Amino acid sequence: MSSVGESSRRKEGPEKLTGVAKYVDDYHLPNCLQGVTLRSSIARGVIKEIRFDPSYDWDSVVVATAKDIPGENYVYLIEVDQPLLVDREVHHAEEPILVLGHKDRAKAYEALSHIEVEYEPWDPVLTMEEALVGKRILYGDDNVFKRFEISKGDVEQGFKDADVIVSKEYRVPHQEQAYLENNGMAAWEEDDGTLVLMGSIQCPFYVHKAMLPLFAREPEKVRVIQATTGGGFGGKEEYPNMIAGHAALLALKAKRPVKMIYDRHEDMRATTKRHPARVRHRTGVTKDGALVAQDIDVLMDGGAYVTLSPVVLSRGILHASGPYECPNVRIVGRVIATNTPPNGAFRGFGAPQTLFAAELQMEAIASRLKMDPVSLRQTNLFRIGSITATGQTLRESVGAENVLDRVLSRSKFRQKKSQHARWNGSKTKPTWRGIGLATVFHGDGFTGSGEVFLRSRAGIELVHDGTLRIDAASTEIGQGTTSILAQIVADALDVPYDWIDVETPDTSKVPNSGPTVASRTCMVVGGLLHKAAKKLKKALVQAGANWPLTREALATSAARACGKKRSIDFVEQYRKPGDVTWDEETYRGDAYGVYSYAAMVVDLEIDKTTYEVTVRDVITAQDVGKAINPLLVEGQIIGGTAQALGYALLENTVVDDRGVMQNAQLTNYIIPTALDMPTMDVTIVEEPYSKGPFGAKGVGELPMDIPAPAVAAAIYDATGLFMAELPILPERLCQALHDSAQS
Amino acid sequence: MIQLKVNGKQRSFRGRRFKRLIDVLREDFDLTGTKEGCGEGECGACSVFVDGELVNSCLIPVYQADGARVETVEALGDPDALDPLQASFLTEGGAQCGICTPGMLMSAWAFVRDGGRDDLDAIRTALAGNLCRCTGYQHIVSSVVATVRDKTRTSARRRTKKK
Repeated sequence: MSSVGESSRRKEGPEKLTGVAKYVDDYHLPNCLQGVTLRSSIARGVIKEIRFDPSYDWDSVVVATAKDIPGENYVYLIEVDQPLLVDREVHHAEEPILVLGHKDRAKAYEALSHIEVEYEPWDPVLTMEEALVGKRILYGDDNVFKRFEISKGDVEQGFKDADVIVSKEYRVPHQEQAYLENNGMAAWEEDDGTLVLMGSIQCPFYVHKAMLPLFAREPEKVRVIQATTGGGFGGKEEYPNMIAGHAALLALKAKRPVKMIYDRHEDMRATTKRHPARVRHRTGVTKDGALVAQDIDVLMDGGAYVTLSPVVLSRGILHASGPYECPNVRIVGRVIATNTPPNGAFRGFGAPQTLFAAELQMEAIASRLKMDPVSLRQTNLFRIGSITATGQTLRESVGAENVLDRVLSRSKFRQKKSQHARWNGSKTKPTWRGIGLATVFHGDGFTGSGEVFLRSRAGIELVHDGTLRIDAASTEIGQGTTSILAQIVADALDVPYDWIDVETPDTSKVPNSGPTVASRTCMVVGGLLHKAAKKLKKALVQAGANWPLTREALATSAARACGKKRSIDFVEQYRKPGDVTWDEETYRGDAYGVYSYAAMVVDLEIDKTTYEVTVRDVITAQDVGKAINPLLVEGQIIGGTAQALGYALLENTVVDDRGVMQNAQLTNYIIPTALDMPTMDVTIVEEPYSKGPFGAKGVGELPMDIPAPAVAAAIYDATGLFMAELPILPERLCQALHDSAQS
Repeated sequence: MIQLKVNGKQRSFRGRRFKRLIDVLREDFDLTGTKEGCGEGECGACSVFVDGELVNSCLIPVYQADGARVETVEALGDPDALDPLQASFLTEGGAQCGICTPGMLMSAWAFVRDGGRDDLDAIRTALAGNLCRCTGYQHIVSSVVATVRDKTRTSARRRTKKK
């Protein structure tokens, strides 16, 4: 009765396919107000006065400001620097100043236009470079939110041993998550004084924790429920804390339910994006292509508040040297304060930025050595026994060479490359053709000791009538959490998939399984449930159950196991595997328990008149340990690839002179359509991980890391243009070609 | 008063004539299957049929649909009895987060209804007005392919029986 490895149907699929599934804005809440937010029009300064138009009828409007906050005015995250509402000092444009509610959403927006804010504007700092000059200090004494350094071997000696040294600078921009459902939250107070939040969220317990200091409440007086969530990609990891605070503040003041549903413009202008970054590489290699020194400098723009920037930077630098072994490495990372809307979590979490640079640097090195980029990679790629930049020895589940071999043969890489060279040799052809390659790795789960600090819990409830229910805080946001967790439990119990129910993530009903982020749900939470299921099975055996188990026999043994109780819970808590060590101070040790690996070949064509890039083929192989549900894994790989092809070629965030996104619309922030995507060739590789359930590692973020450098490599192959900045728009290609013709 | 025939049922609306059709469907008729993604006709999440024509309901003032037939995702199957198109989306992985799904189904429905075949380019063109951020579209395209093939097989069987 095997379920793991089957493409079992998505549990919540039928509800989503019929319009029955309820997203937050689909709930009808009696007597509800619609909440909207007044945001600062300037990037930096002081609020001198807020004026309410005296001729406007304010009777039907409820307004809440920082003065209405019963507890502390901050949104709890790594630091407590970000206010829920500005009291005095504005740190970025679009910063929330007050919230108001009206029973009609259009009227609520109308009321906003009758409020005038008078500021004393200060000169803002809008770029990282400006912040580093340090003329105006926004944070600490140097505008650096966080600095990390990784050091291995002796880099200076490494450069002395090198035959060739290659130096390059890379730049990547903001990227908008662009989940199709905008952020939204509902809040109300129950008769017993419980504050309830329900919304489009990835992390119910993050929201729960953030409400306690704001409203000076005991944990049991706050309840957070996930509504069906229309995509997250990291964009609903931390920002919902803010929206929940706003909705709750209004609901408590109005003594009525409040819904805060962002429209697309507000969501894009005001909420978090991927951190823009500048990455500098200086690499020493021998003439036969062995890496001997990597010196890497990573700079990320954090925006106005700390949010999750230190951990984004951490993951960024831990992936900055690529999936390659090098004896001498120095990586310095800094995340910088600017007066721009704070950046935050986005699928890949710092790794897509640094892996774009690391992989394109391999192309630069290969070109300099006049060496085949495949052989250069094969010479240096991680294998069993390799030692990473942090000194971690890779002991198991290293699929790097395997995935590379698969894509090379499936794509006929070398054959295509010479075909394209012939095509490009002809002056009369209307296009240039190119083929490019990349290989990446992605650390699964929280970085370093993160999982140990989280102490996640997840469990299964055995009800006396034989109901089996998973209790976990892991959210279904489209990736398939509900289905894969049920498959793992079904297989461990040796019962059909359909017998497993999954509880809604609701802080009053499920234990804290940690956030739904970091490619950790299947490996970490799935692992806990796997253990819990084994204990549950033992209890059923003791109660007389025999396999193959019938529903009647399950009910009988469940009743016997429960005795007088309605149900029994089998809950497991995360414990650190004994052989994993990490030193937070020195950044030495096992940065992640295990890594997933991917290789990709992109075959593309560039129009010689319009410079439009058409991706003709994507061939990828990804090592996920074990595909619990191959269809869902494919969905992650293809969907993540599409999002990253957008990052590489289409998605251009235009920032105005206040540091705010100007093209905050799906009309001119271009994400891929069905016509922009080729049919992709996906191979799932399974190098099992001994500590993952059934060998599973993570897959959520891995596909986001790899397409951009493969695209840039293919463009380099097609045109000889080394495009070190994303996105590679037609106008940038045109400019680069013009510049190269000049020089 | 504005009269509409929504999913085969006669409905009437009293209120602002310029209220968007999507808001009337969701707020006044409690048909929340139709979703809003962008509010400016770009993402297609609010796609419905008006007199059989595929439209973005966020761009239509309700008075323009006065007297019209409107079909929404709720006109397809129920969770316990999915329409063949919905069933294909379930088996092929065409829905992930589900928010673009109702609109995507309407576009796919129009394509299948109008005799679309299992031609990948034609399917991608038919779906190009509907944005999806989860799937990369491939499993949506294969869902439509599966529906079209099943339909062809079914009608071929019917023809055979008639003989």
